[in-house]
Amino acid sequence: MSTTTTRGVAQPAPAKVSKDRPRRGLRASSTFNFWLFTGPFLIGLIVFVFVPIGWSIYLSFFEARFTVTPSDFVGFENYKQVLTDVDFLNSLVTFTVFAAFIVPATWALSLGLALLVNRLRFMRAFFRSVFFLPTAVSYVAASLIWKMSIFNGVRFGLANTVIGWFGVDNIAWLASPDPPWYWLVIVTVRLWLQSGFYMILFIAALQNIPRELYEAASIDGAKPGWQTFRYITLPQLRATSTAVILLLLVAAYQAFDEFFNLLSKATWGQPPLVELYKMALGENQNYGAGSAGAVVLTMLICVVTLLQGKIMGFGRGEEGK
Amino acid sequence: MSALSNSNWDRRNVLRAAMGLAAAGGLTACGGNTGRSSGGGSGDSLVQYFHAYGEAGTEQAIKKYAKAYKGANVTTQWITGSNFEQKLFAALLTKNAPDVFEFHPQIQLIKSGQVADLTDIIAPVKDDFNQADITSHTVDGKIYGVRMIDDPQFFFYRPSLFAKAKVEVPTTLEELIEVSAKLKTSKIKGAYLGNDLTPIQNNLIWSAGADTLTADNKPAFNTDGVAEGLKQLRTLFTSGNLLLGAPTDWWDPSAFTQGLTAIQWCGMWAMPAMIEALGDDIGIFPFPKVGSAGKQSVTNGGWSMFVNAKGKNVEAAKEYVKWLWIDQKQYQEDWATSYGFHIPPRTSIAQSATKLKTGLPAEGVKLFNEFGHFDNIGWTQAMIASVNDVMANSVRKDDDPKAQLDACEKKVDTELKKLFG
Repeated sequence: MSTTTTRGVAQPAPAKVSKDRPRRGLRASSTFNFWLFTGPFLIGLIVFVFVPIGWSIYLSFFEARFTVTPSDFVGFENYKQVLTDVDFLNSLVTFTVFAAFIVPATWALSLGLALLVNRLRFMRAFFRSVFFLPTAVSYVAASLIWKMSIFNGVRFGLANTVIGWFGVDNIAWLASPDPPWYWLVIVTVRLWLQSGFYMILFIAALQNIPRELYEAASIDGAKPGWQTFRYITLPQLRATSTAVILLLLVAAYQAFDEFFNLLSKATWGQPPLVELYKMALGENQNYGAGSAGAVVLTMLICVVTLLQGKIMGFGRGEEGK
Repeated sequence: MSALSNSNWDRRNVLRAAMGLAAAGGLTACGGNTGRSSGGGSGDSLVQYFHAYGEAGTEQAIKKYAKAYKGANVTTQWITGSNFEQKLFAALLTKNAPDVFEFHPQIQLIKSGQVADLTDIIAPVKDDFNQADITSHTVDGKIYGVRMIDDPQFFFYRPSLFAKAKVEVPTTLEELIEVSAKLKTSKIKGAYLGNDLTPIQNNLIWSAGADTLTADNKPAFNTDGVAEGLKQLRTLFTSGNLLLGAPTDWWDPSAFTQGLTAIQWCGMWAMPAMIEALGDDIGIFPFPKVGSAGKQSVTNGGWSMFVNAKGKNVEAAKEYVKWLWIDQKQYQEDWATSYGFHIPPRTSIAQSATKLKTGLPAEGVKLFNEFGHFDNIGWTQAMIASVNDVMANSVRKDDDPKAQLDACEKKVDTELKKLFG
């Protein structure tokens, strides 16, 4: 017997076609509807994204100190300055170190949290909310809490209180690059802030994995736990993992708030955006060099993202596997 | 059937209403808060920028003075955070730039035509100002800002802790390092020079017998004495006797008043809060001399009012600055002495300010007069940032001080060439 019978189920009524007022002209056209809905966003995109990008490219070819309407054309001089600037090059190293740790760490932590929360039989919504809630906190606010309450250098800071119980002397977590304790502060604040969001993505992906796969594996003798995780769960999460890693990498490139607020007046631990901010909007107000740096960084992000997409097969879909 | 279900709220109407709301919202946003007064008072609308002072009541005081002015509607932007300079510089490039703003005298603002010549409003009272303040605001005979307050900065210490540790007030950097070691206990650190050590960077230069720039605007800070001072500071930084990573920075007296440090670099503005917390158990001393050729030094910081020369209401802004910072002596004294303690740059007001005549404030005035170094208008924010890097790299990091000073000199030289040719 068919299990897909529709007997006894009410069928939807066919769409009513009005014969009195046929739709015509612009209002009926799908082109109008397209522009109606995308127009406002397109205008916003042009005004707030494309025009500034264009203006930035324009500025990058001019001597533009303390002005955004320069007249002194300098060709590629600003690019030469940026690409030979030790601080800017160091910022790329800082980013690489940061991304090399934060991307896999966030991926692993958010996946771990997703697996834990997904297996909960009670209070699942509560724990999902608890882990997701930090996503709503501003990076600036979180950085200041980390800097002033948890990782300050005095005896009543939370971290120093805890290590004090074990007889360890106070540590000035952010004052010195040697040893580089500042990485612990920066990495923990970002992990706390962003893991919950990616956990939600993984939970959604986990819930989309067909139960039949696990049942079939069980019948074939696969042990639950690591074996099913490795051979079923992880491969099934491949598309989500690729997207998560891509998002994490872009977010790592965009790192600014926590570095800026935690490491003021330091010359170490400066990611590219902080370095460009100092160049263009800091004391030097060099919009030409800052814009050249922004163009270089944008191109770098595009190249890395395309390479990563190619390596990990982002956008290939199921048939591409 | 209810009346509600008879209404014609079909999808099209809902869409129209939503679009209408969106358009109205957009228009409202266009007329939103630009920081300027929307009227209601008389005359022009002016915007003034102030950085957030730490002393209670200062924001209310500035707004009170502005409200008392009848010539224009003056709106105050009270800029919080630690990057007032960057916010100001960025704002000055936009149409919403302030008409009036406080800052330190810096020549690049004049060279880029950013600040208006205020000679005509200051000239009648020029002789009543501290002449060092007039000099620090003058380029080619024109005066570009009105000093509001002078802020001497020096070390504050607890005499009771000095007596307990049996140490004397240090007069050399070596002595400061030794004293800090003796003052340190399990509860309290010896000294606090700010979380990034940059507040004392000029004093290190002056106390080593050098200067930021020469009289003809050449770099003057790259000396062996300064390099030696940086090495000594590195010793203090790594000694464990220096307070690092305090929740509040050097300009706030909390680290000192809460017993986290026995010595703190701070400004005279913090005296009322310190006296309230510690009573008479406070002393002050200048930055000790560095090397045999050095001399003790005090920073005479402060803030000045400038008029945005590219603003829409330059004349109205000048009138306001004249009214508040030249004519209204009672407000100037109130601003200098009712919240934190500052030295009024007007001699007549400084002489009548009774709060500065006795005790610790009077000692502060004495150090100001004896050891003070004033702003150098040629020493710009970009140059300050270059020396910040020297402090970070040679003291907090351990790079070679001489190499750092050489690199800094190159950057400063490039800046000077851009400014003076």
